[in-house]
Amino acid sequence: MLNYIARRLIYIPLSLLLVLCAAFVVLRATGNPIDIFLDPNHTPEQADVLTARLHLDQPILVQFVIYLRDVLRGDFGDSLQFGGPAMPAVLDRLGATLELLAAALGVALVLGIFGGIACAVWRDRTPDFLISTIAIAAQSMPSFWLGILLIQIFAVDLRWLPTSGRGDGWHLILPAATLAAFVLPNFVLITRTSMLEVMGEPFVVTGKAKGLSAAKLLFTHVFPNALNPILSFLGIQVGRLVAGSIVTETIFSWPGIGRLLIGSIFQRDVPIVLAGVVVVSLFIILANLIVDLLLSINDPRIRLG
Amino acid sequence: MRRRLFGKRFKIVLGAGILLCICLAAIFAPYLAPYDPYQQSLVRRLKPPAFMDGGSLRNLLGTDNYGRDLLSRLIYGSRISILVGVASMALSCTLGTVAGLFAGFKGGRVEQVVMRFADAHSAFPDILLAIIMTAALGGSALNLILVLGISGWMVYARLVFGLTRSLRERSFVEAAASYGGSDRYIVFRHILPQVVPVLTVVATLQVAQMILQEAALSFLGLGLPPPAATWGNILAEGRDRLFGAPWIAHTSGLAIILVVFSVNMLGNGLREALDPKAAGAGR
Repeated sequence: MLNYIARRLIYIPLSLLLVLCAAFVVLRATGNPIDIFLDPNHTPEQADVLTARLHLDQPILVQFVIYLRDVLRGDFGDSLQFGGPAMPAVLDRLGATLELLAAALGVALVLGIFGGIACAVWRDRTPDFLISTIAIAAQSMPSFWLGILLIQIFAVDLRWLPTSGRGDGWHLILPAATLAAFVLPNFVLITRTSMLEVMGEPFVVTGKAKGLSAAKLLFTHVFPNALNPILSFLGIQVGRLVAGSIVTETIFSWPGIGRLLIGSIFQRDVPIVLAGVVVVSLFIILANLIVDLLLSINDPRIRLG
Repeated sequence: MRRRLFGKRFKIVLGAGILLCICLAAIFAPYLAPYDPYQQSLVRRLKPPAFMDGGSLRNLLGTDNYGRDLLSRLIYGSRISILVGVASMALSCTLGTVAGLFAGFKGGRVEQVVMRFADAHSAFPDILLAIIMTAALGGSALNLILVLGISGWMVYARLVFGLTRSLRERSFVEAAASYGGSDRYIVFRHILPQVVPVLTVVATLQVAQMILQEAALSFLGLGLPPPAATWGNILAEGRDRLFGAPWIAHTSGLAIILVVFSVNMLGNGLREALDPKAAGAGR
């Protein structure tokens, strides 16, 4: 087990290095950093300060090493909007994003797994047809339009829920529903496929033959074996979920990292953008690691193989 | 098995039919659109669609905040969506297929490098790459195609890699190698044709994802800059006018869902036709 964890941990710096490389190439090598980091009305003094800070007079490889060193120290430079260092400003928003992600993922997982199980149990009958059709149609729904529709119905017309912002639990409902709807159809379909696959296995027939009740068979024999594809799919979905949260936060003015990132692009606040990108990538990498560990706990073949 | 209401034939015909209409509209936009999509008219701003109270036949789907005709803007917007969707799919399909064929056929160290690189790239959400690129370069159709194209290659690489690795062990490949077929000959004549049916399905479905991504980026303000008629831009403008002019957001939302839905229909129909074992599987 420890061996497996160690093997997985090696990939974290590798992935993060790739992220940093991409950010460096795009921000430094593709254009003049002075134009990218400073707004068009900058003074020569500002340009000199930036040249000194980023060591722009050094060769590009030296710049990259210095950049990596700064990033390892958590030094992304000072935010242009907030004045202070960029990293704490980003971490400040982490709580709001995590709250939204947790609520949406919880809803999507529970509804998705139960919906998928219902489809598999009543295969090719009315519930399956209804749920699968809705799920396939929902995959075509752009989440940003769904968010707008929800605002129109529940906030503008019915006035039941607030349109935007973060406050008590009522504020969370619409953004979480929008984000959950973004990944929910995929969970339904993957659970359905995976359950149906396991239901055809010989050990399920044996269980049936020795007289197990349908519920016991379903939850102690079929579901645990169908869980692995669902879990590995969850790992793939984390990235999508984060991308969706950026859009959702923008629609509902949710004060999380996504909205901060988008706002910072328009403010040309590059230090915040960089710090945000690193935090989000790290989050996705860690989430994937957790999923891998869950997988290996559920299925010993993975950690031994 | 019971006969399904949504058979594969029905899905392919429906999806391809709607798509064909939309593509024709995009190609012949200048002849179809009743107005110039950028023509502003202050006296005719925020007019509702013809089927709503106060609407007129002059602007079938109403006008936006600057009095621009929404139907014309939607027709022109389909050009960007389809161009970016198809071109970025083609780019990531090419990159991924080449990488997957190479890794799967060569194996060994090449496989390690390519597939680990794909793993590492998977941890990097494409929207972040898009954010950095836009921050640095600004939004343009070419940038969007590059960003979306580069960020989608891993799917193809994994798929093609898996198939190539198993095909390489098959006897017809061995036979081709034993009568002296070069690596290039084997890959292009014996392996690639076997991969193409599955690739077609994945590539079709990916066009839908790319169109959604482009619209999302555009909605966030990271696509083509505002006066441009893209569906995401229209939706973003509509969000700020939800109280007085909800039709702006909803017509463009419907346009997006129509295209994505028909691409998904076509893709699922093709999957059932070309790859019966995977029918009904999640994406």
